[in-house]
Amino acid sequence: MAVQKTLGDFALDVRFRSTAAVTALFGPSGAGKTSIVNAIAGLLTPERGHIAIGDAVLFDSKKRISVSAHRRRVRVVFQESRLFPHLNVRQNLVYGRWIAGHSAGEKLDEVAKLLGLEALFSRRPRALSGGERQRVAIGRALLADPTALLLDEPLASLDAARKQEIIPYLERLVATARIPILYVSHAREEIERLAGTVVMLDGGRVKAVEEVKR
Amino acid sequence: MDAVIPFSPDELEAIRLSLKVATIGTLASLPVGAFAAYALARWRFPGKILFDGFVHLPLVLPPVVTGYLLLILFGRRGPIGAFLESTFGIVFSFRWTGAALAAAVMGFPLLVRAIRLSFEATDRRLEDAARTLGANRFLVFLTVTLPLALPGILAGLVLAFAKALGEFGATITFVSNIPGETRTLPTAIYTYTQVPGRDANAARLAAVAVVLSLLALVISEFLSRRITARIGG
Repeated sequence: MAVQKTLGDFALDVRFRSTAAVTALFGPSGAGKTSIVNAIAGLLTPERGHIAIGDAVLFDSKKRISVSAHRRRVRVVFQESRLFPHLNVRQNLVYGRWIAGHSAGEKLDEVAKLLGLEALFSRRPRALSGGERQRVAIGRALLADPTALLLDEPLASLDAARKQEIIPYLERLVATARIPILYVSHAREEIERLAGTVVMLDGGRVKAVEEVKR
Repeated sequence: MDAVIPFSPDELEAIRLSLKVATIGTLASLPVGAFAAYALARWRFPGKILFDGFVHLPLVLPPVVTGYLLLILFGRRGPIGAFLESTFGIVFSFRWTGAALAAAVMGFPLLVRAIRLSFEATDRRLEDAARTLGANRFLVFLTVTLPLALPGILAGLVLAFAKALGEFGATITFVSNIPGETRTLPTAIYTYTQVPGRDANAARLAAVAVVLSLLALVISEFLSRRITARIGG
């Protein structure tokens, strides 16, 4: 992908390509990580550039292609989870399937098991801990038949203990998901545990692209 | 003593008619009001200030003027009234439907204001989340925006209903004061005060108006608390 966008006095100009299963965007806050996530998700339209995942072109300013957000099947886990407060956990989880007219099916059991969510189904988001909320948000994204997953600092709003609680789930997710994952973070430890390729960002530019050695 | 005497048929008629007119007028204006509120809260379009002013007009115009304008536009010979009668057979002038229209128009600004506020307060990030999960704009509105705005919509409905229940000037100007057809609570009270010896009737209906208005407020407060508790504030 290559993207250029001017947001007020902030200019985003990045270009990277990754073949790793998990690509990390790493950089301090204000580096443009979230803008990149929004551009890939279709919530922000770049002025110029090209965004493709595999063979699917999501945006191309030259060819005048811009797939709208709801058709991209790029599912996002936001930093603040953004669960729907008027729906319970189960309804949040199946929201994407419900919108698409699909039944919950076995996929729900599968994802609930992966993320340890069965016991939470009837609860409201506000009755969940921060860690539980993020697990539900991950489950909601997974259940919406994604072609790619964007995780935008999913652990940033959690304390150290909660982070340790979620990382094993993320590792399991990374091991089982067969779709490209973009993992945004400013924490080195998370990235070293999860990602294959790291894109270092600063001030809206790519500083370096590195492979993580395990 | 008078208060314990059962209501006379005329009084009951006025109460029933008022409830019908206010309920139907308010509910019928809800879709239009919600649309106007959404447009004002979310869209940028040329003439928005003018549109905003137009929506608020019934709030600032003398009600008699609003009633007069309705008479000119929706009367049998008015451009809209004549069209509606010849194409759909809908008649407003001197019918209870006209009273409902007057009630709807007078309550409209209050309805739109309340709903607009709650649309403006809705967390746009939740709508973005819904879009990334596959919902188009219409489905986002139906499944996220609307449920989250429910307390505000309810508040707007109650305000508009209370306004409709008390609407006098526009109603009497537009559809007059016909017993059983357009004589609602306020016009009935007014009529009783004009007749010697009917003070007790006027007082009883006034008490009914107070009770109905209070009831509407209490019910809406109760419902909106329950909804807010569910949504989680």
